Amino acid sequence: MASGIKDKVVILGMGCSKFGERWDSSPADLMVEAFEECIEDAGIERKRIDAAWFGAGIDTFNVGSSAMPLAIALRLNYIPVTKVENMCATGTEAFRGAVYAVASGACDIALALGVEKLKDTGYGGLPQRTRGVENDMYWPNLSAPGAFAQLATGYRAKHKLNQVDLKRAMAHVSVKSHANGVKNPKAHLRREITEEQALNAPYIAEPIGLFDCCGVSDGSACAIVTTPEIARSLGKDNLVAVKALQLAVSNGTESSHESWDGSYLKTTRIAAQRAYDEAGVKKPKTEISMTEVHDCFSITELVTMEDLQLAEEGKAVTAVLDGAFDADGSNPCQIDGGLKCFGHPIGASGLRMIYENYLQLQGRAGARQLSDPQLGLNHNLGGFPHQNICSISIIGHYE
Amino acid sequence: MIGITAYGVYIPRARLSKQAMAAANAWFDPSLKALAKGERSICNWDEDSITMAVEATRDCLSALGDKAIDSLYLASTTLPFLDRQNSVLLGEALNLGQRIRSMDVSSSQRAATSALISLLESKIPNNALLATSEHRRSMAGSRSEMLWGDAAATLSVGCTDVIAEYLGAETLSVDFVDHYRGEDASFDYSWEERWIRDEGFLKIVPAAVNKLLESVALSSADINHFILPSDQLRTPAAVAKTLGIDAGTVVDNQIASVGVAGVAQPILMLAKAIEMAAPGDLILLIGFGQGCDALLFRVTAAVANCVPASGVKGALACRREEGNYNKFLSFNNLLQRDIGKRAESDKQTYLSGYNRRKDLLTGFIGGKCRDCDTVQIPRERYCVNPQCNALDSQDDYRFADKTGTVASWTADSLTFDWNPPAYLGMVEFDGGGKLMMDFSEVEAGKIDVGTKLTMHFRIKQFDPQRGFKKYFWKAVPE
Repeated sequence: MASGIKDKVVILGMGCSKFGERWDSSPADLMVEAFEECIEDAGIERKRIDAAWFGAGIDTFNVGSSAMPLAIALRLNYIPVTKVENMCATGTEAFRGAVYAVASGACDIALALGVEKLKDTGYGGLPQRTRGVENDMYWPNLSAPGAFAQLATGYRAKHKLNQVDLKRAMAHVSVKSHANGVKNPKAHLRREITEEQALNAPYIAEPIGLFDCCGVSDGSACAIVTTPEIARSLGKDNLVAVKALQLAVSNGTESSHESWDGSYLKTTRIAAQRAYDEAGVKKPKTEISMTEVHDCFSITELVTMEDLQLAEEGKAVTAVLDGAFDADGSNPCQIDGGLKCFGHPIGASGLRMIYENYLQLQGRAGARQLSDPQLGLNHNLGGFPHQNICSISIIGHYE
Repeated sequence: MIGITAYGVYIPRARLSKQAMAAANAWFDPSLKALAKGERSICNWDEDSITMAVEATRDCLSALGDKAIDSLYLASTTLPFLDRQNSVLLGEALNLGQRIRSMDVSSSQRAATSALISLLESKIPNNALLATSEHRRSMAGSRSEMLWGDAAATLSVGCTDVIAEYLGAETLSVDFVDHYRGEDASFDYSWEERWIRDEGFLKIVPAAVNKLLESVALSSADINHFILPSDQLRTPAAVAKTLGIDAGTVVDNQIASVGVAGVAQPILMLAKAIEMAAPGDLILLIGFGQGCDALLFRVTAAVANCVPASGVKGALACRREEGNYNKFLSFNNLLQRDIGKRAESDKQTYLSGYNRRKDLLTGFIGGKCRDCDTVQIPRERYCVNPQCNALDSQDDYRFADKTGTVASWTADSLTFDWNPPAYLGMVEFDGGGKLMMDFSEVEAGKIDVGTKLTMHFRIKQFDPQRGFKKYFWKAVPE
């Protein structure tokens, strides 16, 4: 039986660029911005980096294919660099590659960096792109909001909710994240919104309105990881260790088999249970101090709270409206503002979320610092509710 | 005995108000106001002569049952492909099998009647299908636009269970050029209506009809239903009068409710006549264009047994009022619409990939596992049932005729669609299987989880760069 990743790898340093409509910044500029913060935080010279994992989601509108854009941007010294792409889980996937490399003993210090330049398309929303030669011929004509809107209709039908209550809870998800984002200088959107604004916004894909959607932005985030021993030898204390790293990928069951009813995210449930087992978490609601989840749309966050076992099945609407996931709630969610306020540069998001958990655990989160957090969970969901990739990481103090 | 064995009809459900059309264009041509009565059928953006032919033929097959089909003719002057046999695509969408004899017939307004004569006078072991369909092209603000409509009708021809016996036909081939459409033209160019009436209809049709009646030893007074497809409102009655046919027998061309549907019009009218006929009735059918076809049928007692799912009455009743003339212009590419950057992505169809998945894309065929009975679409090599996952265990399973239910849905305003918002959702099929699909013909506020759906062959996407069209099946609320 595999022993899992718990406490085998620690974070030596992290960095995150300012997210936003970075019209005057190239992908390389964003990478350098995140990396400079990260390498300073790590306190090492770049030549100590043995290998790197590079996450970028949408080649066509981003840096192009292969690992070379990272090697060139950072002038890495001909080390092994691996490009990873796994939809919205891409950032966390880069992190997983670097962490696994260190855990395996194949290298001492590894870099994970994600970047995405989404604002070069000339229009709002995620870029229109091919889904593959065969898929393009029969997949429905749907956008990301079109796909996730159906999570709302499926969830509402399953739990026999009325649209008004569900929309109010969805609005609260966004109002809460905007309130958090105001306090974060690196967030893209930094203004509060009201429940009325969220409820009255035009539909993007019924029942998802404008404020139910996360922003679209440019950004980059990165991490340098190593073993606890090396970190200590470099004089580091207050170490943050990886407790769990899990990934679950749809195999077509949700999209083609009757066993899935469209009201939840099957991959999230599976990845979450594996992650809790790996981290030794028995009671997520009391043990997980904070979550950074994939709030591409408010409904995704709401349903994810159940799939992560932080709300009872069918009760997320009540939990959300009761403030359970607000900054002062029992399980604060998106304390940095989330995708809602950062936007979602695909390749960078996962690492940006881990960055927030890392800052919180080290007590460096400034105005939004939570009191004594122990475990931070990050969750990404790539694809559509009916077929997707879910990545989950849990990090906490190294003891 | 040979004759018609079944019929089927399809009229697009959108019916455009002619008042709205005239209101938009009367500033330029006030005479259009005189034509502003009633409505006309218009194709949705995702309909064309192929998709309508699929619908009409399915309707015909609903009456014909599972009788064997030997051949499939498709008649139209608005077929989407000039060189790619359209009837073969039609046959694959109908799952008629590869051994079907097929042919496209075109180039004239009497393409349908000429094809029909050819079938009636050929040896047909079982049944032959004649699908006729027209997605009419006319210039904005033209009289044609006010008078024409889009529709399809299909007949089956055979020797058993004949509902309208073929008595004979007469053809006159005359290069009378009342209108024409050159090889690179999108629209017809036509001559003065009065000349067409006097020198065309009133001279050519009677000559053919008189010869036909003489050959079968019948008189014009015996005719119970006289069909003369024409967008000239009063001409059929004038021709009937010349021939001594009773004015009451003239079958109305439906100019005020559907519009004249080009090549499909004679077959649509024949279906209409059969639907209202009594056994023993004589039907005289004309096809006019570069001369004239005249065909005579006698309705049999078996007509009572021929009940297509829709028929003419059903197709007329399945309607949605459309008051937006701009939508019609847009759907027919009659104006250059700003469709936004999302519409700019390349729409190439990779033909080798298309060919690999043709059973799914055209036939709407998935699989049923022999080991666990799980029905699934798309069919992959391993069964989708998590308890099974058997390899290569699935038999063909066709979804086109299955009904389904909405499990989840949305109205997507972000994605590019020719008729936004794009409705789509997860469909759970009765009998098993599910698929995330595009919807069509959805009316706002009339869809929710649990709504019943039927499956329809529609245009999925245009590739304007290369002149190709992709088709796939869409779900339509019942």
